[in-house]
Amino acid sequence: MSQVYTSAMPVDVDAAVIANTRLSDDYSVLALAAPAIAAAALPGQFVMLKASRGLDPLLRRPFSIFEVLRDGDGAPSGLTILNKRIGKGTGLLYDAEAGARLACLGPLGRPFEPVDPPAEAWMVAGGVGLAPFVTLAEALIARGTTVRLFYGARRAADLHCAGIFERLGVGLVCSTEDGSRGARGLVTAPVDEALSALPASQPVRLYVCGPTPMMRAVAGVAASHGRSCDVSLEQVMGCGLGGCYSCVVPSLTAGGAPHHTRSCIDGPVFDATRIVWDALAH
Amino acid sequence: MDLSVAIGSLTIPNPLIAASGCFGYGVEYAEAVDLSTLGGVAVKGLFLAPREGHAPPRIVETPAGMLNAIGLQGIGVHRFIDEKLPELRARRAIVFVNICGTTIDEYVELARILSDAEGVHAIELNISCPNIKEGGITFGCSLPGTHNVVSAVRKVTRLPVIPKLTPNVTDVASFARAAEEAGADAISLVNTFLAMAIDVETRRPRLTNIVGGLSGPAIRPIAVRMVYECRQAVRLPIIGMGGIATAEDVLEFMIAGANAVQVGTANFVDPFIWAKLLDGLRAYMTRHSLAKLSDLTGTLDTTARHKAWISS
Repeated sequence: MSQVYTSAMPVDVDAAVIANTRLSDDYSVLALAAPAIAAAALPGQFVMLKASRGLDPLLRRPFSIFEVLRDGDGAPSGLTILNKRIGKGTGLLYDAEAGARLACLGPLGRPFEPVDPPAEAWMVAGGVGLAPFVTLAEALIARGTTVRLFYGARRAADLHCAGIFERLGVGLVCSTEDGSRGARGLVTAPVDEALSALPASQPVRLYVCGPTPMMRAVAGVAASHGRSCDVSLEQVMGCGLGGCYSCVVPSLTAGGAPHHTRSCIDGPVFDATRIVWDALAH
Repeated sequence: MDLSVAIGSLTIPNPLIAASGCFGYGVEYAEAVDLSTLGGVAVKGLFLAPREGHAPPRIVETPAGMLNAIGLQGIGVHRFIDEKLPELRARRAIVFVNICGTTIDEYVELARILSDAEGVHAIELNISCPNIKEGGITFGCSLPGTHNVVSAVRKVTRLPVIPKLTPNVTDVASFARAAEEAGADAISLVNTFLAMAIDVETRRPRLTNIVGGLSGPAIRPIAVRMVYECRQAVRLPIIGMGGIATAEDVLEFMIAGANAVQVGTANFVDPFIWAKLLDGLRAYMTRHSLAKLSDLTGTLDTTARHKAWISS
């Protein structure tokens, strides 16, 4: 069993909404002024956002830190989240206007561990699972690591923010279920093909975030090629600090024993081989 | 300005205790909160052996509340003593250990083990968890069961014994009396209300366990009423809880009859709530020229507001 990740003390910021850019009828990028969180954030970490000032919804919601914003001098000034409207809380965040204030607690959770050259880093994202990969790509590129992004969605219109990765110099491989951009079908197939084409002497680590069946499938492909694979899981989360035991993931301990481990402080990033996929709620 | 309150022989620096099940083992929050500034930390309910709890989803939100069915996942009493208690001791936390068993013998064994551990200040008997079938609530929903488990634990420990009562009974005050007669040092109430939420699109329960316990501001008025009823029934110290999220809520429970309170769900929303609650209590004491906060307990004024002029 890996140890609980302990980061610097998280801070709670009454963050002003700088902008809320609607990408579609259900996706938006919400920018928040939270310099203290942005300055401490590591790739793949998350914040707990309170979508309303009232009691409904009552709890905060976990969101990956999508981008770290910087001022003219390069100092961290804020962060964005990639929000998909699904329920009440995400609906309120989709509708949030500039100037509103949202309680934002972070940074939280075990971050990704970026690999160094000569290893390559292959990020695999499904839909809103793109969220933790901008910060990871920046960290990888800063190390000189070659980065690819396999990015899948239902249709081309749902492949949001791909341009961010192209500008960073990430090799982009898109796929859509309807074939409207890139290969037709699930993202698993191009990952499998690329792993088959990769020389065995070339080390690579996969980083995966998306719907559970997609993460499971990609983890299976990685395992079949003998490649290491980290997944970023999202579970219904109550507190983000390890207090409530809501967000547990069925996993195996180092000794192979089944264990409900907390995704907030032991994750959200896990070695895919630790996850008991059959038991993970879809 | 004196915020300290007494729970039997145990005096705590202020009435704010972190509620069991809502604060992990306390150590999770040790970087965010100076644990020694709390009135106490009620750690997550412990069985003798480790438990893995229910499959997720384990919580769902409802208006002004949340349902949970965690299923008492926990590391067991021995790992708690070895791995968590030393840090709680080092951080000078006042530790209330919440214990749960399936038989009276298990409660007794847990109490014996904890009585020998350095750094445990009180034992809270979980006889009220609505989410597990075996044990616990079967004691809490039966007057003889409550009496028997309290008196059995009372015999084997010098630590304060605090049964935590369920609200899922018709007359909670009768359970308070049973606890008092059995030798409890205090009572805490309320645990969560048995509740349920359904996804109408899929017609499936929102919790894997189907039913769960409702907490949060939604339950507060019912919890205040139950504390008030118990205050009328017993002289025991009462630790009140149920949806407390502001200093005003704390004061409401104390005026209804609580000597101290526990805060649970609100800590999930704001882990830094403790200092805000203390500031609010101090402001109230200043505004009301109250030197000792404990003087507020049970001061509810129920004298008639109006001269009687018509029969109801």
